[in-house]
Amino acid sequence: MSLLDRPSQTLSSGGITGRQAWGLVGLLAAAIVAWLVFAVWPDWLNAILISKKAFVSAILNGITLAGLYFLVASGFTLIFGLMRNVNLAHGSLYLLGAYIGYEVTNRTGYWLLGVAAGFAVLAVVGVVMQVFVFRRLEGDDLRQTLVSIGISIVAADLMLAVWAGGTYQITTPEWLDGALTLPVITAVRSNGASVFLTYPLYRVVVLAAAIVIGVVLWLMLHKTRVGMMIRAGVDDRAMLQASGVNVHAVFAIVFAVGAGLAGFAGVVGGSALSVAPGEDVRYLLASLVVVIVGGMGSITGAAIGALLIGLAEQIGLVYFPTYGIVLTFVIMVVTLAVRPQGIMGKAR
Amino acid sequence: MSLAIATDGTTQRNWLEKLGAGHVILGVALVLYPLVASDFFLTQIGGYSLIFGMLGLSLMLLAGYGGMVSLAQITVAGISAYAIAILGNNNSNILGFGWPWWLAVPFAVLAAAVASALIGWISVRTEGIYTIMITLAIATATYYFAQQNYAIFNGHSGYAGIRAPAFWGIGWRDAKPFYYLCLGLAVLSYAAVLYGSRSTFGMTLQAIRDNPRRMRALGYHVTAHKVFAWLLSGVIAGLAGVLLVWFNGRVSPGTIGVDAAIDVLIIAVIGGLRHPIGPFLGALVVVLMQTFAIDIVGAERFNTLIGMVFLIIVFVSPDGILGLWGRIKPHLAQESLRPGP
Repeated sequence: MSLLDRPSQTLSSGGITGRQAWGLVGLLAAAIVAWLVFAVWPDWLNAILISKKAFVSAILNGITLAGLYFLVASGFTLIFGLMRNVNLAHGSLYLLGAYIGYEVTNRTGYWLLGVAAGFAVLAVVGVVMQVFVFRRLEGDDLRQTLVSIGISIVAADLMLAVWAGGTYQITTPEWLDGALTLPVITAVRSNGASVFLTYPLYRVVVLAAAIVIGVVLWLMLHKTRVGMMIRAGVDDRAMLQASGVNVHAVFAIVFAVGAGLAGFAGVVGGSALSVAPGEDVRYLLASLVVVIVGGMGSITGAAIGALLIGLAEQIGLVYFPTYGIVLTFVIMVVTLAVRPQGIMGKAR
Repeated sequence: MSLAIATDGTTQRNWLEKLGAGHVILGVALVLYPLVASDFFLTQIGGYSLIFGMLGLSLMLLAGYGGMVSLAQITVAGISAYAIAILGNNNSNILGFGWPWWLAVPFAVLAAAVASALIGWISVRTEGIYTIMITLAIATATYYFAQQNYAIFNGHSGYAGIRAPAFWGIGWRDAKPFYYLCLGLAVLSYAAVLYGSRSTFGMTLQAIRDNPRRMRALGYHVTAHKVFAWLLSGVIAGLAGVLLVWFNGRVSPGTIGVDAAIDVLIIAVIGGLRHPIGPFLGALVVVLMQTFAIDIVGAERFNTLIGMVFLIIVFVSPDGILGLWGRIKPHLAQESLRPGP
């Protein structure tokens, strides 16, 4: 397949295929990163990159943020890939999930209940949106997108009416507080003792949750019947329908999972960062860029895209705070210039 | 049959028929409007509607004729607005080269047009609905960039104290001159778009919208035509940006925020994307609603109101107010002006 699509791939790099070349580049990058993380830095490197602590923290923050972005964007990319529905209300789903998580956690005192509520309520909201709104406009992707914009405006305004403009913080349970000491030496004291890096336990848990959910999603997509249908639908929706599958049930499932994940990410992200109006736009931007960079309908692409954007954002924040967003721009433009369908996207 | 009418009619028609009776009546009404309107109605309603109508028009040109729905029109306008603030005078004590208006304005519009062409060049790499995603991402990222950068955009507060020029003994930000300035530029853009849509370029663009593969096979440079459409739309949006910054006297990240980007789309969709008059209609409706919503839902919940109206329009009449009008007057429903898929 890749042979037919891109004949230049096998011819260009003489001897090794493009895929192998990329693999080598990836290995080299991984080795450099591993050295940067675990080695004790020489002074000249500290001079360039401020300090090892700042650098490693930026990387870790970037990766955990990528976990959040992945949770939000994976639903967005599946919905877009399968239904060709650019759901611009996806950021609103994130924010609504965060508010619901806040309310439930605050009233019951159980954080896990808040997380569950964020997922469940938003999954229902997603199904309602798909069945009562988007299904009526099926096949007209521009109108679906316009409607999702309308929904996002109304939703943002109503959330502002209910929760006002204040900033909320969802309180995490005690067993998630505290910090983790990582086997990463940031500096060596004059008496020879090593200073290890500490990192908030909660963020590590968020990252772990994102990875687990990513793996579960991947397994669901590749090992189950529903997943097979979803992948078939991403490739050719008409053919899936023609082979007797109830596509509307599949659409509803994908919307439930996608919206539910956005709500889940809302609660989890609202506990790590904060809940405030405007967050919806931030996560919508992240989802858009992740899908543009990663390619539509691909969970792996969403993971790669989220990692790139999360790292770019946090590294930008530390090293050039007033030009940080330019990195995101550059990543998007370069991807569109070199591979318009996204890193893992299939050529159409 | 229809072909014959189109070819021999053009040479024989007199200027009134050529212009259309509707245009003449509308034009006279707009010119005489200041005689009856108060200053508030002249600038806050009249001028403001014309400015946002121009922004909507720049979107209509892309979406209606090119099939490319952009959410970055306010970003393009914002670039020219920021350029006016940076090249001309502002009282924020940052940059402000003090260029005279007749030098700053062309440069600002040029900057906007080039930026628009770049955005177009990036987004025509993909097709269809991707454009809306890419332009929204660009608009949002630019908004965040303007907010975080102090060296160029002066961060959160932006630039204030930007004055419209005064020459020929007229202060162009006074109610009547400003209204006529907006009207003049709006009519110019409107006429240019209407004329352009019937030109060879306009016809080619519409053909590309309808079937890019066939046009490519016929030897047309599809990308170049699309990017050129973006450039033209950037000129209109840039002019609107100049008027906007003179109108407000200031420009800040809020001016080019996501809300504003979506407002432009709402205006164009509510008005209708089939004919250049649509965005102006939409702008008038939205500005009137914005001004008088306090009496209906209170100032706080304006966005809910406008969002609902937008949703109803998208559901009931995808072609906006013009579409409703078109149902009453079927001869307005020209197949060639339908928005692309």
